[in-house]
Amino acid sequence: MLRYIVRRLIFAVPTLLAVLTLVFLIVRVLPGDPAQAALGDYASEEAVTALRAKMGLDKSLAAQYMDFLVGLVRGDLGSSLITGKSVAEQIFFVLPYTLQLTAASVLVGIIFGVPLGIATALRRNSALDYFGRIFSLAGLSVPAFYLGILLLLVFSVRLNWFPVVGAGTRGDLGSILHHLVLPALTLGLIMTAYVVRMTRSAMLNILSEDYVRTARAKGLGERTVMVRHALRSAMIPIVSIVGIFAISLIGSSVMTEIVFSRPGLGKLMVGAMKQRDYTMLQSIMVIYALLIVFINLFVDLLYGLADPRVRFN
Amino acid sequence: MTTATLDANAQALQTISQRERMWRTFTQNKAAVVGLILVIIVALIALFAPVLAPHDPLRQDTFNRLAPPSSDYPLGQDDYGRDILSRTIYAARISLMVGILSVLAGGTIGTVIGIFAGYRGGATETFLMRVVDVLLAFPDLITGLLVLAVLGGGLFKMIIAIAIVISPRFARIAHGPTLALRERDHVLAARSIGVKEGRMLFRHILPNMLGELLVMASLWTASAIRIEANLSFIGLGVSPPTPTWGQMIRDGTVHLTTTPWFSIVPGIAVFVTVLAFNLLGDGLRDVLDPKLQN
Repeated sequence: MLRYIVRRLIFAVPTLLAVLTLVFLIVRVLPGDPAQAALGDYASEEAVTALRAKMGLDKSLAAQYMDFLVGLVRGDLGSSLITGKSVAEQIFFVLPYTLQLTAASVLVGIIFGVPLGIATALRRNSALDYFGRIFSLAGLSVPAFYLGILLLLVFSVRLNWFPVVGAGTRGDLGSILHHLVLPALTLGLIMTAYVVRMTRSAMLNILSEDYVRTARAKGLGERTVMVRHALRSAMIPIVSIVGIFAISLIGSSVMTEIVFSRPGLGKLMVGAMKQRDYTMLQSIMVIYALLIVFINLFVDLLYGLADPRVRFN
Repeated sequence: MTTATLDANAQALQTISQRERMWRTFTQNKAAVVGLILVIIVALIALFAPVLAPHDPLRQDTFNRLAPPSSDYPLGQDDYGRDILSRTIYAARISLMVGILSVLAGGTIGTVIGIFAGYRGGATETFLMRVVDVLLAFPDLITGLLVLAVLGGGLFKMIIAIAIVISPRFARIAHGPTLALRERDHVLAARSIGVKEGRMLFRHILPNMLGELLVMASLWTASAIRIEANLSFIGLGVSPPTPTWGQMIRDGTVHLTTTPWFSIVPGIAVFVTVLAFNLLGDGLRDVLDPKLQN
């Protein structure tokens, strides 16, 4: 198992390197001079040149690329071009908020999505099935930020149940959870929509399989058939879809963080984009890439739990 | 009557009946029909916006900022006193244009890349599909944000950004079937008589996956409209005062406590339009790929 994880991580290196190179190049073609942007329009030309040299922007592209990679390996993400603060520090300050939000949303998606998906598959064409299908189509079609605004409007502005902005006081679990409910529900409901849809179709496929019929034919109780035979196989596509949407959730968290004025990677990224903060932007992309690699690895490990045929060697 | 014309007639008959059969499958799917009707309605609204909109979407009326719905302004007025209904109607044009053009551009480029990579094989395939995988690794919105950061805002750039998000998905979809088709008899036969590569890709391979691509196009139009709304909401889209749904929702959020309809109305428009294309795509999938039917 450990060997498998290490091997997977080594295999991820070329992909990660490709992503890093792409990010580096994209960030370099961003319009505007970051040194000029940092100093403002009225800075003297000497000051701008000096700052460019200090930032390493006067070096060749290849040299900058090497600096970037060497820095990464050392865990040094550089300092913000705008504020001068350490990028790593800022990222690690907001990262927990994004992770909390993503994890809570995935949890909501699984808790609501899997049972509803199974129930709709078992009672095909029932009222519940129609509800499940309408719910999942609606969830597929509503932009996350709009759902967030609607929840905010109903539960914070009108009912005053939840705070409107922020992420709670650090270290105070009650306050953090209180602030987390609406954002997590926003993304969680959308996640639920996808999970319901995939669970339903996975279950329907499996219920028509021969071995399910055999299990029934040999007189096993419906409960055993469902839990031991059907659900177990359905877990594999469900795990894979949860993994895929956990990744797309990282994208939607950008919008949710903006709507709920929560600190987080997405909010940091949009801020860095608007300020043309190269180092910040490329570091955030690196963190995103790492998160994606880890989620994929985690999903692959879960496969092993769901499907004994998968061996980690 | 010669055998050739007989054959042609038989073939014509067969295509008609096949088309009819597909149409019947489609119309039996209520959700799909609702989707198609909604798509047509939204398209008509966009097309006839100047006739349908009661007011000029850009005309300001600063004495009536944030006025509630009235008989003259059924959905109220925004923070510049502009008519929210008229702006919502006009914004359909931007959304549909971005949705359709970005899917056309991204879909075409992606499909060509996928087919070409699959047909060529070897290092070309490895390289192209590797790039596609890297692009696919990132969530849509993050890729879209990054590309727009590079290109800058505006309608045309928005279309390009979303096309770049979409193209790797089409490349993946087109790549798979090409691998199988490459070995099919009709392709081998065509190759043996010296059919050129370009003609091979477009005449012998592409037509075999048009159905799948059409389904993808409809579903991705839905996603493209959703992504456009997201990016406009952040403030990276078409520059004001041209109305877009995302921007209207954003302007409305400031006044959520007092005039919530300012955000709610354009949001419903996004939701209905995206839903329409999703329903249509699902319906098309049932018609074109009976295997996937539940």
